[in-house]
Amino acid sequence: METTPNNRSKREREKLQAIAGNGLLDRRAFLRGGAAMAGAMMGYTFVGSAAAEPLADDAWSKAPGNIVPAYGAPSRFEKNVVRTLSNPNSEPRTSHARTPHHLLNGTITPNGLHFTISHAGNPDIDPDKHRLVIHGLVKRPLVFTLDALGRYPMVSRMTFVECGGNSAPFFSKEPIQASVQALHGLASCAEWTGIRLSTLLEETGVDPKAKWLIAEGADAPALSRSVPITKALDDAMIALYQNGERLMPGNGYPMRLLLPGWEGNMNVKFLRRIKLVEQPAMSYYEARTYAPILPGGKAYQFYFLQEVKSFITHPSPGMMLKEPGFYEISGVAYSGNGRISKVMVSADRGQSWAQAALQEPVHSKAFTRFRVPWRWDGGPGVLQSRAWDEAGNVQPTRAQIVAARGETTKVPPVTGFPSQHYNGITTWAIERNGEVKHVYA
Amino acid sequence: MFTRKPLIFAALLALGSSAAFAQGPNLGKPIDPAELAAWDISILPDGTGLPAGSGTSAQGAPIYAQKCAMCHGPEGKGGANAAVVGGAPIKDMESVKTIANFWPYATTLFDYIRRAMPWQQPRSLTNDEVYALTAYILALNKLTGENDTMDAKTLPKVKMPNRDGFIIRFPDKI
Repeated sequence: METTPNNRSKREREKLQAIAGNGLLDRRAFLRGGAAMAGAMMGYTFVGSAAAEPLADDAWSKAPGNIVPAYGAPSRFEKNVVRTLSNPNSEPRTSHARTPHHLLNGTITPNGLHFTISHAGNPDIDPDKHRLVIHGLVKRPLVFTLDALGRYPMVSRMTFVECGGNSAPFFSKEPIQASVQALHGLASCAEWTGIRLSTLLEETGVDPKAKWLIAEGADAPALSRSVPITKALDDAMIALYQNGERLMPGNGYPMRLLLPGWEGNMNVKFLRRIKLVEQPAMSYYEARTYAPILPGGKAYQFYFLQEVKSFITHPSPGMMLKEPGFYEISGVAYSGNGRISKVMVSADRGQSWAQAALQEPVHSKAFTRFRVPWRWDGGPGVLQSRAWDEAGNVQPTRAQIVAARGETTKVPPVTGFPSQHYNGITTWAIERNGEVKHVYA
Repeated sequence: MFTRKPLIFAALLALGSSAAFAQGPNLGKPIDPAELAAWDISILPDGTGLPAGSGTSAQGAPIYAQKCAMCHGPEGKGGANAAVVGGAPIKDMESVKTIANFWPYATTLFDYIRRAMPWQQPRSLTNDEVYALTAYILALNKLTGENDTMDAKTLPKVKMPNRDGFIIRFPDKI
């Protein structure tokens, strides 16, 4: 009896019933399509008036189209899909360009929209003259041209890069009303291709006294960071390609150090020198900048890891839900400790949770897209996501982070960095008029 | 899963013979220290890497006025960019980090000035000028005496007030 078509469609209908508060549906409801899908769409497609207009054969369909360019660019109708700039006139300070998560989907950040932070502009490096030197506590110091590196065995991997200061507005004592781009835009994900650093260290040889390396860029401030040798020999890469093409200048052209899952600033761009040493250099960025202060006045040093985190991109602040009915809640989850194992979503301020579908394949230390079907009833709602990683780490609540790390006493500017390494839960409120607001739970 | 394998691997690399080198592409060119001297500006907190040369606060003051004050203000008091003198004790995330209240090592000051300053012309200062600016800023902060000379021997010995103000976040990753 269980397998009769009638019973099956009844079961599928049941999946479209809420499995958590405020209209969250079973994540499997749409995976098989068919009857369940049709049923779900019914109430939605009849709403609104667009279908009442007769369909026109528009002008663009009745003449040959535009020239095909040598390097493609998005449709002119997508011109608002851009990064936001903290320093558009290139004043003598750091420049940030933030990823518009709310205008993207999937897990790959297009190269032109990958976040970048440049501490003194992007150098205009001639790749033929660029060199990578590996020296210090090695048996044979070596210098490599880009041409030479291009002949080495390469690997590709998906990985996110996230600034240690991403999501800093969440340290504000009050929620700052801003887009997910402004709040979480200093994280992006790409497929990176390059040479394992261990392959090159095999050729230089490593003196057993070497415990760290100092990586240095060819940019104006010769930005340098110290990296434990264990990470260098684990999964560090000299990245030459980003989503199939050469690195963007803002992401380190012609090469960068890639340390999957670790603080963005350590993924040294424009990489020109690696020196193996016995102790960390205590460079400006590790001794001062990326050392978040704790309540009482001590500060964390060598934070390194970008811990398990998730946030909802659809819907998110700035969007309007036009009418009650079906929507897909989706977002990204990632962890510097490995794969995302689970994401739970709540629509009722955390009183009940529905497990989200994870887009396969789930890559280690990479963006993982999660999705939950949702039927909005037009009433107020409070959306949250919470991620788990394969190492067993759970994304903390904001209250847990504030208890350990503190919060501001004044509301800082949204582009400010009161502290770093916020990986707590993000909360969006849905108002009756369909507006999405940033709130604290 | 993290620590054990790389350590064994490191040991193998350390033992690497010339036979091991021959197996890889081997497309790097050997380079000797003289050839990379212009790039090798790394300094460690114990003073390793500090160059020859020296400077005093008195020598640093006019260099500061000419090349630094436009951004960091007269006598280090701050301008378009951060003050390099003073700073209330660090209490919480809203405390402003300064050289005197936060930086754990004086070597970082020499290193950062030499590699990144002045903003528009990094790596244009001589080592003597960098020592002199370092001496000037440390003396303004009363971390050294007015007449102290900064060089490769004296600079690493400067005790910074917040040296012990740090907690390593993930010791198992080091």
